[in-house]
Amino acid sequence: MQAKSLISITDFTKGEYLKIMHLAEDFEANPNQKLLQGKVIATLFFEPSTRTRLSFETAINRLGGKIIGFSDSSSSSVSKGETLHDTIRMVSNYADMIIMRHPLEGSARYAAEISNVPVINAGDGANQHPSQTLLDMYSILKTQGRLDNINLFLVGDLKYGRTVHSLIMALLQFENPIFNFIAPPELALPNEYKIHLTEKGIRYFEHAEFTDIINAADIIYMTRVQKERFIDPVEYEKVKNIYILRNEMLRNTKSTMKILHPLPRINEIHTDVDSNPKAYYFTQAKNGVFTRMAIIAHLLNLK
Amino acid sequence: MQKHLKVSAIKDGTVIDHIPTKALFKVIKILNLENCSQMVTFGNNLDSKAMGTKAIIKIANRYFADEELNKIALVAPHAKLNIIRNYEVIEKKVVEIPKEIKGIVRCFNPKCISNGEQVTTRFEILSVKPIAMKCYYCEKITNENEMMFF
Repeated sequence: MQAKSLISITDFTKGEYLKIMHLAEDFEANPNQKLLQGKVIATLFFEPSTRTRLSFETAINRLGGKIIGFSDSSSSSVSKGETLHDTIRMVSNYADMIIMRHPLEGSARYAAEISNVPVINAGDGANQHPSQTLLDMYSILKTQGRLDNINLFLVGDLKYGRTVHSLIMALLQFENPIFNFIAPPELALPNEYKIHLTEKGIRYFEHAEFTDIINAADIIYMTRVQKERFIDPVEYEKVKNIYILRNEMLRNTKSTMKILHPLPRINEIHTDVDSNPKAYYFTQAKNGVFTRMAIIAHLLNLK
Repeated sequence: MQKHLKVSAIKDGTVIDHIPTKALFKVIKILNLENCSQMVTFGNNLDSKAMGTKAIIKIANRYFADEELNKIALVAPHAKLNIIRNYEVIEKKVVEIPKEIKGIVRCFNPKCISNGEQVTTRFEILSVKPIAMKCYYCEKITNENEMMFF
């Protein structure tokens, strides 16, 4: 039997989302619970990542587990031409769980097919990064006290930004979300998502202007316009400076509003926003550790 | 007047008619007829009232499971099957696009793992007219005009 894995955000039910939120809360209140004692977790990072890898490894350490793996495929046998198939077959014999980031889309789903231990997708190219979405949800729940009736403004790269797509899909499980999409036409949300929202009768609005329309927001979710997603560097230069959030723009926003960002930030949030209490992105990154502890504990049936 | 057949009749077996002319060799490949040891005859660019031109394949002494035949629906959605026994048509069938397609088609996404490693492709059919299918691995949608066959 295949082990329960987390590959796409839609693999989890609403009940599982709520369980993860509940466990994350528990781990935040009491972070050192040695539930992974005697267990080995493999972190296989075929492409570099700072935050995601460190946050997963912190989560494993806090749970008392041991880590094997690599942070860059040049230090693994992939550089000798080993296939993903063979790497996963081998590592799933060593470890109790595999946490993997890989540049090819669908690689995590494929790994889960081969592996006899649970796989957590820590990013497969531009496709999915479900632990980010769960920590985004935990941050929304913590700051707003609810996941229903959220007016969410998504800003920046809505075309390639996988965190945006996953967050939309996850919030559709909750009551009455309102989506506002702010992006240049080149980086607008793909039509398939708009069709899906229309079919479900969900309200959404598209804006090209980044103005005081944000005053209605409960959450502003900023994203980086990622250079590596562009084939043509000229296209990147054209759009990179368009949507920048500055402190003065926050004057009339709701007092409870929070700004989220999956990080790393380049320049899309001006540093003058950092000291504003509405800036939440660094705490959001910290929430990632508790959320990832919760995901690991859930998949290994430790809680 | 006796009707003259362009592709000679078979005593027992399967006749696949109304294949679009461009899809003939794809159908041969999908049904793996290249490795069939029985007599296979085919005609292409034959006159057709409904299609203008068409192709036909006759396979002697072979009968296919519906599942196998339905695989050709991607390239020959209007194909008609005649099951022949002792020169008589004993059954007529049409093909239906299955809910899931394994192999046959490539994922159009060059960054998909199925294009990076030896993985059998797997798609969920989202719509039939026009065809749209979602890759089980990378979750991207391949549309009819982007379909590439192995």
